[in-house]
Amino acid sequence: MRRLEARSLSVDLATRRALDRIDLSPAPGRLTVIVGPNGAGKTTLLRALAGLTEPAGGDVALDGVPLARMRASDRARAIAYLPQGGFVAWPLPVAGVVALGRLPHGEKPDRLSQAGREAVASALRAVGLQGFADRPATALSGGERARVLLARALATQAPVLLVDEPVAALDPRHQLVVLEVLKAHARTGATVVAIMHDLTLAARFADDILLLHQGKAEAFGPPEAVLTGARLAAVFAVRAQVLAQAGGLLVVAESPLPGP
Amino acid sequence: MSKPNPPLVHAEKLDGRQRARMVALIASFRRTLRQSPPMTVRCFFERKRCLSSGHFVLYPRGATKTASMSLFRSPLLPGLIALVGALSLISLAIGPAPIAVPAVLKALVSDQGAAGIVVREIRLPRTALAGLVGWILGLSGAGLQGLLRNPLADTAVFGAPQAAAFGAVLVIYSGLVGSLSWALPFAAIAGALLSVGLVVAVAGRGATIVVLVLAGLAVGSLAGAGTSLAISLSPNPFAVTEIVFWLLGSFEDRSMVHVLLAAPFIVLASGLILSAAPGLRALALGEETARSLGIGVPLLRGLIVAGAAVGTGASVAVAGSIGFVGLVVPHLVRPFVSYDPARTLVPAGLAGAALLLAADIAVRLVPSAAEVKIGVLTALLGVPFFLWVIARRKADLVETPA
Repeated sequence: MRRLEARSLSVDLATRRALDRIDLSPAPGRLTVIVGPNGAGKTTLLRALAGLTEPAGGDVALDGVPLARMRASDRARAIAYLPQGGFVAWPLPVAGVVALGRLPHGEKPDRLSQAGREAVASALRAVGLQGFADRPATALSGGERARVLLARALATQAPVLLVDEPVAALDPRHQLVVLEVLKAHARTGATVVAIMHDLTLAARFADDILLLHQGKAEAFGPPEAVLTGARLAAVFAVRAQVLAQAGGLLVVAESPLPGP
Repeated sequence: MSKPNPPLVHAEKLDGRQRARMVALIASFRRTLRQSPPMTVRCFFERKRCLSSGHFVLYPRGATKTASMSLFRSPLLPGLIALVGALSLISLAIGPAPIAVPAVLKALVSDQGAAGIVVREIRLPRTALAGLVGWILGLSGAGLQGLLRNPLADTAVFGAPQAAAFGAVLVIYSGLVGSLSWALPFAAIAGALLSVGLVVAVAGRGATIVVLVLAGLAVGSLAGAGTSLAISLSPNPFAVTEIVFWLLGSFEDRSMVHVLLAAPFIVLASGLILSAAPGLRALALGEETARSLGIGVPLLRGLIVAGAAVGTGASVAVAGSIGFVGLVVPHLVRPFVSYDPARTLVPAGLAGAALLLAADIAVRLVPSAAEVKIGVLTALLGVPFFLWVIARRKADLVETPA
């Protein structure tokens, strides 16, 4: 059980302050979802949590050790990161792509250890692509490719998994499949942080929601506490209905409010 | 940690008829679906024999499938090595005075009079250079294609060959040194590194492929213009002819000194590129993913670009510009290594060596007053071939961001 923590984290992008003194400690075993309007700093925050961005102030620490002081390989074993809109440059076989998740363990994809092979197989099973091992990853549909890349991140078996918009551009079924995989992964004790745009889906699957607004943490907590009509109006500039339902909240954006 | 799926069928537990039906079923899957059956056959020894004798276990697909990647032991590498060896022998045997292969082998190790001199002092340097230059061109091309995740990348993308030629021409033209000096490879390598540095500086970090190609085109044109300027300002028409012919690329009349000039740099360049191999795999998923997997992307980029520049400089210094080898050979070998960019490197180098050896043999066989320049031949054959590859493999040549 390892604890990832952003401590008063600030990040500058070019001349702009993209993140301003963010404190975040996503809980192990829970799915934490980051939401916010375009340009709120969601991706910047996730990259910083993955140790891929130099903080301008504060830091990100894993069990109290700042990521900047960790060796790249140690960090890679502990934190798996799945960027947005993933692609595969060569027609590599699906199993080969997933096996790349074993690189942090010093395993070459064509010479996996027994543990590595099992990790790859179980990651493919988790996303429901057992029969796809030999298919070229470039010849898959968008939903299949997204699941392959997610399996790659799972195959690292890192205690922390960070995913950037895993369900963007997926059909409803694949959205549910991917989110269920993330939730199940969190339930195994992993810390899972995902960026999402669909507030209803976020409310339904998230254990905790972080609402980002202009680089600042606007609210953090369970979906019902964070997603209120007043907050959505203030942050997203939309008039929204938040309806409580059996399966979770239903968030319906009705009309745009005058922009800031 | 999950266990692999339990086996479906232990063939040894079946009787003869059941087993025969099982084998027929596997075969029919392969024939009709043109793909492997939805289960994995694990054999205990050679596949054909174990299928007929029933020494195999069927697993549901996915349980041991990743193992099939490590079972990839194709005859590609031994085949390529044998091909390079055979072509080297032919290269030693062929020329204005053909020498039989057994005589060639004898001449290599003992004094055989005129034949020995021809083989050791004329054909051996030529053969060694064709092999070395082909190797490093193929390796550089595969390395750059892996780095840029673009199947159209080559040292020419950075204007490196033109810049290396310009560096070398400056040295020759200035008349400071003869064409057999250590200054030549250094000048060519400096030219190549300068062009690469200039392209990277102009294009900036995280440049897209289009920006890189445009910057490379510009730098290459600039170096070409510099070379033309040097030629047109040359007071000596013989020097002009010398430079122009040398620029066309050839292994004719090279000596062991040329080999010694180029070899250390080619070895260095190979080391730089091969040391970057593991990271190339991760780069297939983009730089962000590669970094998150613990790969030092800037170091990787530096190793491959420096290796390609040093290799190109050394090649141009001894053989002039020979194009299209680095562009073409990675495409030839990639399907045999499951498109793994790391495992493409060595086969691409060997295929490059084989290609240049074959081309160098071909130019000697063409009946003409003067030898056809090998750089001309590789372009004449390479370009149509490459167009054919592009036309056939459009689907594989996926669009990628830089």
